[in-house]
Amino acid sequence: MKPVLDSKPVRLILAVLSAVVIVFLLQRGFVFLRDTTASKIVIVVFAVLWGVGGVALLYTVANWIVELLPGKWVARVQPIVFVGPGLALLFWFLAIPVFRTLVLSFRDPTGQKFEGFGNYVYAFTNRIMIETFRNNFMWMVFGTFFCVSLGLIIAVLADKSRYEAVYKAIIFMPMAISFVGAGVIWKFVYTYKGEGVGISEIGLLNAIVLAFGGQSQPWLILPPYNNFFLIVIMVWLQTGFAMVILSSAIKGIPAELLEAARIDGASEFQIFFGITIPSIQGTLITVTTTIVIFSLKLFDIVRVMTGGNNGTNVIANEFYLQRFTYSDAGQASAIAVILLIAVIPVMIYNLRQFRESRAF
Amino acid sequence: MKSLQTKNNLSNFLVNFTLILICLIWIVPTLGVFITSFRNSEKIFQSGWWTILPHNEYVKTGEIKIDESVDVNGPITVDGVTHTFEEWRAGVVMPDGKQLTWYGNKRTRQIDIQTQEWIWFETGMTLENYKNVLSGKEIRFKDGSGQEIVRQGNNLNSAFLNSIAVAIPATIIPILIACFAAYGFAWMNFFGRKFLFTIVVALLVVPLQIALVPILQDYTKLNINGTFLAIWLAHTGFGLPLAIYLLFNYINQLPRDILESAFIDGASHFTIFTNLILPLSVPALASFAIFQFLWVWNDYLVSLIFLGDQNRVMTMALAAIVGEKGQDWHLLTAGAFISMILPLTVFFSLQRFFVRGLLAGSVKG
Amino acid sequence: MKKVLWQVLALMLVASMLLAACGTPAATEAPAATEVATEAPATEASGPEALPQGQELANAYAGMYDGTVVTMSGPFTDADAVKFDESVKVFEEATGIDIQYAGSKEFEASIRAAVEGGTVTDIVDFPQPGLLASFVAEGKAIDVNTVVNPDWLAENYIESWLQMGTMEGPDGPIMAGVWARANGKSLVFYPKAAFDAAGYTVPETWDEMMALTEQIAADGDTPWCIGIESGAATGWTMTDWLEETMLRTTSLENYDAWVAGELKFDSPEVRTALKYVTDIWFNDAYVYGGRSSIPTTFFGDAPKPMFEEPTKCWLHRQGNFITSFFPEGLEAGVDYDFFYLPPIDPQYGKPVLGAGDIYAMFNDRPEVRAVLQYFSTGESVKGWIEAGGAISPHLDSNLDWYGDPVTRKVAQVLKEATAFRFDGSDLMPGAVGAGSFWKSMTDYVSGSIDEDTALQQIDASWPK
Repeated sequence: MKPVLDSKPVRLILAVLSAVVIVFLLQRGFVFLRDTTASKIVIVVFAVLWGVGGVALLYTVANWIVELLPGKWVARVQPIVFVGPGLALLFWFLAIPVFRTLVLSFRDPTGQKFEGFGNYVYAFTNRIMIETFRNNFMWMVFGTFFCVSLGLIIAVLADKSRYEAVYKAIIFMPMAISFVGAGVIWKFVYTYKGEGVGISEIGLLNAIVLAFGGQSQPWLILPPYNNFFLIVIMVWLQTGFAMVILSSAIKGIPAELLEAARIDGASEFQIFFGITIPSIQGTLITVTTTIVIFSLKLFDIVRVMTGGNNGTNVIANEFYLQRFTYSDAGQASAIAVILLIAVIPVMIYNLRQFRESRAF
Repeated sequence: MKSLQTKNNLSNFLVNFTLILICLIWIVPTLGVFITSFRNSEKIFQSGWWTILPHNEYVKTGEIKIDESVDVNGPITVDGVTHTFEEWRAGVVMPDGKQLTWYGNKRTRQIDIQTQEWIWFETGMTLENYKNVLSGKEIRFKDGSGQEIVRQGNNLNSAFLNSIAVAIPATIIPILIACFAAYGFAWMNFFGRKFLFTIVVALLVVPLQIALVPILQDYTKLNINGTFLAIWLAHTGFGLPLAIYLLFNYINQLPRDILESAFIDGASHFTIFTNLILPLSVPALASFAIFQFLWVWNDYLVSLIFLGDQNRVMTMALAAIVGEKGQDWHLLTAGAFISMILPLTVFFSLQRFFVRGLLAGSVKG
Repeated sequence: MKKVLWQVLALMLVASMLLAACGTPAATEAPAATEVATEAPATEASGPEALPQGQELANAYAGMYDGTVVTMSGPFTDADAVKFDESVKVFEEATGIDIQYAGSKEFEASIRAAVEGGTVTDIVDFPQPGLLASFVAEGKAIDVNTVVNPDWLAENYIESWLQMGTMEGPDGPIMAGVWARANGKSLVFYPKAAFDAAGYTVPETWDEMMALTEQIAADGDTPWCIGIESGAATGWTMTDWLEETMLRTTSLENYDAWVAGELKFDSPEVRTALKYVTDIWFNDAYVYGGRSSIPTTFFGDAPKPMFEEPTKCWLHRQGNFITSFFPEGLEAGVDYDFFYLPPIDPQYGKPVLGAGDIYAMFNDRPEVRAVLQYFSTGESVKGWIEAGGAISPHLDSNLDWYGDPVTRKVAQVLKEATAFRFDGSDLMPGAVGAGSFWKSMTDYVSGSIDEDTALQQIDASWPK
C-alpha cells in the first residue's frame, strides 16, 4: 500500500529532514533563551526542557538515521553515535586544553618564548613546590585511606542496622554542603583566638582541649600537622561518596552466599574478609581511584581554609595562583603537567584491572 | 540458642553504638554552625555556640572601687583576701562563694562582684540572619544632605532559579551522554576502542582550572558566553570522564547473557540501550545523578568564569552577600543552610534507588 | 595497553616540544583593545563644545549616548557595590548611559580569565596597579592619555598619582588608567573614649609610641590589635606594616628601588625595617592574643576588641577603610579616632602610605570614553564620599563632602601629602605583591619559616 513511504531512501530523507528541523528548532530555542526577557521561571522551565529534551532528541534522530543505513554501515557508524558526542566534548573541554597546557609548559610566562625545561626545573627545585608535592602526597595517602576505610566500615555496619537510612543520611550530608559552607563549618572548629585575659575560644576543638586542661592551639598554622586538620575536612566531605557506592555494592552480594557462610560457622570478621571484600573488590578499586584522583586535584578546601599558607599548599592551588594571580602561564602549565604525570601509575593500575575483567 | 540471641543483641548494640559515635562526630560541626546561624552577629564572636546550652555562669552583681592610695603594682587586699593584680584579674573565688574579678586594666581600679547563676536560654536568638540572606542585607548610608538611604543588597531569589536552571540540565545531559558512551565502550566493537577509553581514564585527573581560559576563548568565538548552554556544556565536559568511568564499570558488569539473547531476538543496539540497559542502570544513574547534581549545585568557579553576573547562581550570590572584605559569618552560616535544602531534598528523594546502587553489578558469577 | 599509553605520552611530549619551540605563539591573540580603536575618534564636528576632560563627556551630557551600556567589573561587592551604583546615578540620569557594575570575590583570577578569554568588561577597577601592569605589558589596556585630556589629568591629580598610573606597554609607557578612589594608610586607630578616660596621650614619635605601648602593657593590657587573615590574600596587613617602617627608616629612593625590585628583600634596609615590625608583633605582651593569633585573626575582626567592655587592646594600625568593620553605632571622633603612625627617624620626614583604585579601559567606544572622562573628576565619587568609605584622589574634590570628621582628616592628610607613597606590594608584580610577599610574611609571622628563608624566598620569586 505504501511502498514509497516504506522504502529506505525515502525514510532516510525523512529522517535527515527531521534532523534538520530539530537542529533548526534547537537553534531558535537557543536564540530565544539568550535574548529573552521573559520571567525567570519561564526561562528556567524552557531551559531545562530545551537542554535535556534537545540532547535526547538529537540522539534519537541520529540513531534513526544510522539504522536506516545499509547493513554494513550500521555497525560502523553506530559507535560514532554512541561514543562520538561524549568523546567530542571530552576532547574539546579537556584533551585540547591539556595539549595547550603541555605546549605552554615549555614557554615563558606570557607564552611567547621557548624556555625548554626551565619551568620544570623550577618546579622541582623550589622549596614551596617541593612542599606542595609533599602535601599532595599526604592528601592522597591519608585522605584516600580514611575516606575509603571509613566509608567501608560504615557501609558494612549500617547494613546490619535497622536505622541504616538515618546513619547513611548523616554521613552523606556534608556532600550537600558547598565548599564555602564547609569552610565556615570547619572554621568554627579550628578557630583560635589566642592567649590572654578575657579571651574565650569560640572554636570547638580548642574548647575541648581547654576543657581537658590543655592549651589552645592555632591549629591551622602548625605545619605540617595543619595538613592533617585539612585532610579531616576532606574525609568528612567525601566519606559519604565512598559509603554510598560501597554500600550499594555490598547490597549486591547474594544473600545465599552470606547465609551459607554463617551456617558454616564463619565469624563476622571472616565473612568480611573472606566474602565481602573479594565480592566488592572491583567497586573498591573504582572508589579508591576516584578518591585518589579527587585528592590530587584538591583545590577548594585549601583555598577556602588557608589559601595555601603555612605549608598547606597543594598543586591545584599553586596552579591557580601561578596561572591567574601571578600571570605565569608557563610555570602554571608545568605544574599541571606534573600533576598529570603523577597519576599515570593509577591509570596503569586501573587499565590492568579492566583487562583482567572481561572487557579489555 | 539463647546464647546466640545475647550474642546477637550484643553485636547489634556494638554496631549501633559505633555508628552513633561516628554520626555524632560527623554531625557536631554542622550542628554548631546550624546553631550559630540563629545567633546574632556579635555573640558569635564572643562565645562558642555551645554556650546556648544551659550552663552555669558568673554574672556581675556589683562592683568594688579600689582606692587611689592602693598600689596596684603590689599585692592588693580586698575583704581580707590578698592577691596580685594578675590573680585578681583572672578572678578569685571568695570564701562566701562569690567571685571577684578585676575589670579592665590597672587604671580602672574596679573589681566586679560576680555570682554563679544558671543560664537556661541564650537571649537574642534571631531569624535575622536568614532574613538578611533571603531578602538582601539592608545597607544604610547617608547621602549629601544627611538623609539616610536604605538599599537592599543582593538577595537569593533569582539566584535560586538560576541554580536550578544550571543544575538540572548540567546533571542530566552528562549522564545521558556518558551512558551512551559507556554502553558503546562496553558493548560495541570499533576501531580504537581501548585507546579511546585509555584517554577517558587519563582525563579523569585533569584539573578543570587548566581549561578555563581556552574554553572561554572558544565561547567568545562562538558568542555563547554567559548563556545557560555555555555552562551546561562546561559542566558536561568537566563531568564526563568520571561519569563515563563509573557508568562503564556498571554497564560492563551487567550479565552478558541477557544482552546476547536480546541480540538473537534481533534487537538493535539502540533498542537494547533504551529498553534494557537504561532500566537496568537506574540505580547507578540515580547515584551518579545525585553526585553530579551536588557538584554542579555547589560549584563556584565554573559559574563565575562562564556564567557571568546577569545569571548569577546561589554560590555566587552568597559570595557577593558576604562581600569582598567582609567575613560575615552570621550570614554565611545562614546561607550555607539555605543552599543545602535542595540538595538534601534531592538526596532523600533519590535514596530509595540506592537499595541496589551504583556498581552493584560488580558482583558477578 | 600500557605500551599504548607510553607511546601516546611520548608522542604528545615530542609534539608539544616541537610546537612550543618553533610554532607560532599559541597565546598571541589580537589585543581586544585595538580592534575598535580606529573608529573611536568619531567625535562629530557638530557636537557640543568639549569639556576640559574631553569631547565625549560633553557629548554624553548632550544626550548623544542615551541608551548605551558601559560594563564595569571589579572586586567590590556588597555595600561598596551599592554605594558605587548610588554615586554614578546622577551621571546615568544626566546622560542616559547605563553603567553596569559586577563585582566578584575572585576578582584577581576572573579578570585574568576574562581578558584572555575576550570577555573583559569595558572598564575594570584594579585595586592593585601591579596586576594592571601585567595587562598593560601585554598591550591589553588602552592608553588613557588618548582618552582623557592629559592637561586635565595633570591639573586634577598630584604628580605621584600620575607617575604610578604610568606603566610600560609594549610600545613604550602609557597612562594605564584614571585614579578613582584613594585610601590612606599610616593611621593608628584608638578607642578615643576609653583612651582619654585612661589618661593616655597620643604619641608624636616612634619612641613615644613604644613608650605608650610599654605603658599599656605595664597596666596589664595588650596594646596592639593585629590580625592578617584575609582568605587567599592573607598577609597583606603585614606587608603594609613593613612598607610603613621602610618609609620611616630609609630614603624614598630606596623605597622606590625596593618596590621596583632593585633593592633586595634580603638587604640591611629591609631587615632593619622588619625588625621594627617584629619588635611589636613577636612580643606576646604587646599583641592581643599573642603572636600566633595574628595569622588566624581576620583583619576586619582585629580592631573589634578595642570596643569591647572593658577595652582589650588599644592601638590598631590600618587604612581608613577599616572603620566600616568597626561595630555599628560608634561615632567617629568620639568613640574612635586615629593618629598618624609616627616617624622613626626625623631625617625621613613624615611620609604617608596609601593605596587606591585605578580604572583601566579595555574597550574603546565613545560612551566608554565619556564614562572614563567622568571618572577623572571628583564629582564621580561624591556620592560615595558622602556615603562614607571612599576618599577622592582628585584635586577638584571638596573636603566638605566628607560625612565624618575622621575621614575628612584622612582626606586632608592625603591631599596635602608631599612624601606620599603607594602601597608597595600593590605595585610589585603579582607573583611578589599578591604572592610570595604575602605568603612568606604570613609564614614568617606564624613561625613556619625563619626570617632568612622568608626574605630569600621573596627575592627568588621575583619574575626575571
